[in-house]
Amino acid sequence: MANATGHVHVEPKKPFLVVWGFLLAFTAVETILAYQQFALKVMLVMLMTLSIVKAALIISYFMHLRYDRPSLAWTLMPALVFVILMLFVVFPDSVRLYLMRPR
Amino acid sequence: MATEGAMESLQPAVGQDVWSGGVSPYAVVPKKLGMWLFIVSDAITFSALIIAYSYVRVASPDWPRPFSFMPSIVNATVMTIILLTSSITVVMAVRASKMDWRGSTAKWLMATMLGGILFDVLHIREWLGLIGEGVRLSRNPWGAPMFGASFFTLTGLHMTHVTIGVIYLGVIAWGFKKRKFTADDVEVSGLYWHFVDLVWMFLFPLIYLMSAKTA
Repeated sequence: MANATGHVHVEPKKPFLVVWGFLLAFTAVETILAYQQFALKVMLVMLMTLSIVKAALIISYFMHLRYDRPSLAWTLMPALVFVILMLFVVFPDSVRLYLMRPR
Repeated sequence: MATEGAMESLQPAVGQDVWSGGVSPYAVVPKKLGMWLFIVSDAITFSALIIAYSYVRVASPDWPRPFSFMPSIVNATVMTIILLTSSITVVMAVRASKMDWRGSTAKWLMATMLGGILFDVLHIREWLGLIGEGVRLSRNPWGAPMFGASFFTLTGLHMTHVTIGVIYLGVIAWGFKKRKFTADDVEVSGLYWHFVDLVWMFLFPLIYLMSAKTA
């Protein structure tokens, strides 16, 4: 982008290509993990951890949030995380249903 | 004029303290802030649906695991790779637009659209395969009846986002080349596309990998 002195700032490609490489690698790891003999809960935790790392990379680099003012991230992210965590309040009820079902 | 000087001194200083009511506390164009607010609200919509899916799944001991390695898991993995690659092409489009490379921007955006179309085609093929096996919104041949409703709702809403994204990027590519849109418009459309990619990073493991047929 041209700055005040008229110079064009060329954004480096390398960090984005590195992040893309990591995202592809994490995807391969996830697919391999799906075929390992882990308990369902352990599998869920591992896959969701990888997904959260992937999401953080996409938000930080591809969506440019780490290059924007911190005030933007501080306005958007805590509210989103809070609402998502509040949605987890329903799970004790689904466990109750699971335990009530005949097997 | 002395009055103008006095008025200028009343303008809040930008960049000194972002929380003190500056003209642009986030230092982004309004449409970018608008897109971020949309993304946060859309993320909550997807989160609610994913939680609803998880709720019925936890509550159902007979949840089906119908996705065999070939073709379903391979298909979904290829779809993930396509979507991730379409994100890097959008990064290149935003980069080219900031340097005012109009033709290059349009080409990178069209490459992204191609990725989106390919994603949709592979996904529709997956849908048709499941429908052919007897999966409907309220029943399926394998177990918990809610499998079909949750699968088609989550992936259908995501596919709708991809399709809207392809159209959105097409309009932006055309308008940027014709100098009707600016680099800011390309960046804002890129934000939307990355979000669509981000949502899939959760749908892929939760819907496909957690329901992979392993035995």
